Amino acid sequence: MQVEKFYYDNKTVRNFAYATMLWGCVGMLAGLWVALQLVFPSMNVTQYGSFGRLRPLHTNAVIFAFVGNGIFMGVYYSLQRLCKARMYSDRLSKIHFWGWQLIIVAAAISLPLGMTSGKEYAELEWPIDIAITVMWVVFGWNMFGTIIKRRERHLYVAIWFYIATFVTVAVLHIVNSFELPVTLFKSYSWYAGVQDALVQWWYGHNAVAFFLTTPYLGMMYYFLPKAANRPVYSYRLSIIHFWALIFLYIWAGPHHLLYTSLPNWAQSLGVVFSFMLIFPSWGGMINGLLTLRGAWDKVRDDVILKFMVVAVTAYGMATFEGPMLSLKSVSAISHYTDWIIAHVHVGALGWNGMLTFGVLYWLIPRIFKTDLYSKKLANNHFWLGTLGILFYAVPMYWAGFTQSSMWKQFTESGQLKYSFLETVTYMKPFYAMRSFGGSLYIIGVFIMVYNLVKTVKSGKLVANEEAEAAPLEKIAVAHKGEHWHRWIERRPIQLMVLSLIVILIGGAIELIPTFLIKSNVPTISSVTPYTALELQGRDLYVREGCYTCHSQMIRPFRSETERYGEYSKAGEFVYDHPFQWGSKRTGPDLAREGSGNLKKTNGWHFRHFREPSSMSEGSVMPAYAFMLEQNLDTSTTVAKINAMRTLGVPYAKGFEKTANATLMEQATGITENLKTDSIHIAPTKEVIALIAYLQRMGTDIGKTNK
Amino acid sequence: MPLSVLFILLGVSLVVAGAFLVAFLWSASTGQFDDDYTPSVRMLFDNELKPSTKSKNDKTKHAGRKILL
Repeated sequence: MQVEKFYYDNKTVRNFAYATMLWGCVGMLAGLWVALQLVFPSMNVTQYGSFGRLRPLHTNAVIFAFVGNGIFMGVYYSLQRLCKARMYSDRLSKIHFWGWQLIIVAAAISLPLGMTSGKEYAELEWPIDIAITVMWVVFGWNMFGTIIKRRERHLYVAIWFYIATFVTVAVLHIVNSFELPVTLFKSYSWYAGVQDALVQWWYGHNAVAFFLTTPYLGMMYYFLPKAANRPVYSYRLSIIHFWALIFLYIWAGPHHLLYTSLPNWAQSLGVVFSFMLIFPSWGGMINGLLTLRGAWDKVRDDVILKFMVVAVTAYGMATFEGPMLSLKSVSAISHYTDWIIAHVHVGALGWNGMLTFGVLYWLIPRIFKTDLYSKKLANNHFWLGTLGILFYAVPMYWAGFTQSSMWKQFTESGQLKYSFLETVTYMKPFYAMRSFGGSLYIIGVFIMVYNLVKTVKSGKLVANEEAEAAPLEKIAVAHKGEHWHRWIERRPIQLMVLSLIVILIGGAIELIPTFLIKSNVPTISSVTPYTALELQGRDLYVREGCYTCHSQMIRPFRSETERYGEYSKAGEFVYDHPFQWGSKRTGPDLAREGSGNLKKTNGWHFRHFREPSSMSEGSVMPAYAFMLEQNLDTSTTVAKINAMRTLGVPYAKGFEKTANATLMEQATGITENLKTDSIHIAPTKEVIALIAYLQRMGTDIGKTNK
Repeated sequence: MPLSVLFILLGVSLVVAGAFLVAFLWSASTGQFDDDYTPSVRMLFDNELKPSTKSKNDKTKHAGRKILL
């Protein structure tokens, strides 16, 4: 067999590495900024910089920009070497790289502008969703092309993790992003209420599983043995780890919806699978750590291994905590609190962050044929990062537990002991400490960037690294000019993967509308569609990202029904495209904001939006004074009503024609009412629509059935 | 049917799981897992060639160079 000479593409790897560092800095700075906003609400500068719009920017940037580019860096480096082949197509690599960066820029512009679908970790609007799908296909095409032309028969376990990542993320993204465009930058989720919640968290949890975990496990199985220069502890265990993990992960999503209006059996299904996940997860962690058995002396000296050990340890802690948090009794305490914020940051800062840094320190000197500029600085980074994680996580665990206990505390006479506001002001020192931990972590990242820039300058990129290997025997060679479909016919697996995607898109388009529209028949007859003004107000609620701090889902606990009113029913959400249940209570639940003893006057809401602390001393909510100035865009009303009707919301025939007239009528009613509170404002302002929505919330169920 | 989306999710999840099952059966039957030791050692050897003497650098801008011979 003739040995072939070929070249690895290091240039694309370098580009993804640079992008990882750049977007890491941006995303983490955005995180620090929003963390500080909870301590100093005056840092909510202008509408474009308010917490509700920047928090999605932070999460999207660190997940899809920082970790996303980190994945591609790791895959493009390791896949070529594991396959003994250059990436399939230089052109695809280039399109993939620049396409992904364009998506990130589009996200960075559109999210502060308030263009959002209102679904956590899937906020980007429909044109960007389509671009993501296209770029993901480009990535997969390039990856499978490389796998097909590999010179190494055996697919190393890392490759399996990469394949699972590609397939599952594609499926998740397509199913969850199913939405009906209303305008160029606005769409409604195809699903409503409890259905939307289930799809969203099926997606949300699997985004953690298949975007933040499986690709990084693949990278762990490549870069950790490489850095330690010893084989993985048990290759057999790694194979079991892989297959067990991917079969279990996809069912775990409902653990985000425990004690909500989701049917109980679906919740239990999520709990069972979430708990089982501890076994493959810990198998993987043990496999990573035991790779260093008998070589712990190396860890003492080698800063790269230190990063990786902390990363794998953080993976182990997060995957122990995850199954625990999925138990209903633990979720009853932890849900909606900062405990969850601590949990995800152990995963994000510890597992994803530290592994990315380890890989960067390992890989940059190699592709630049030089040595790391300063081991000392890398060591400083390591300690800053590790301490940063601790200073971040410990106050947040403390805060979460305290918060939950305060929410549930009753006096001897059976009254709630603390007002919600008291629990907010109590959190402030913890938020400050968390910001300190985050700052340490970011300073470490800046040091790394400096260190790696210096390293790059001392070397020269080996853009095309020479390698040689024998080709695979019996590899089918394409005939010149044969039909494109011939190559895939010879390859059952690739055919299967591609057809899976095709089937899913086709099946989704066909099934989802027919299934869901019928199901929107309300199960509570007093629940009626929103008025035109309330619908516009609800879209403002979505635009401002209110769901990042306010839930709309009252769980059936006495501590919640006492505070917020009757627990939430599935039938109340049938017209909610998208659902807005939220996952965090930095502020109180709003599901029954317009009813019962939570009901406030229009004047209270008006003053509260203008300056929250004027009504709630010590509130950390941003001011929404700009909504007192901005006019509501009523040009979209007709399109919105029509879109909602397409989605099955039973607006009366011809309603869209009079929609704006009734909208103005309702708005005028509110401004007339405000006059009695000596507030004078035009009915055309945005704040009026938002007040109308808030006053509607949770009222339907109290209406008497006719 | 209040939760019909479950059928979609179950269907989709089962298709994904089924696809992974087929992939697993294929990989097991084609001998991917027959050897559960040497792959872990083999990946450590990248037989790095003579340092950068012949490899082309960034400056040479021959886009679309034919690398594979």
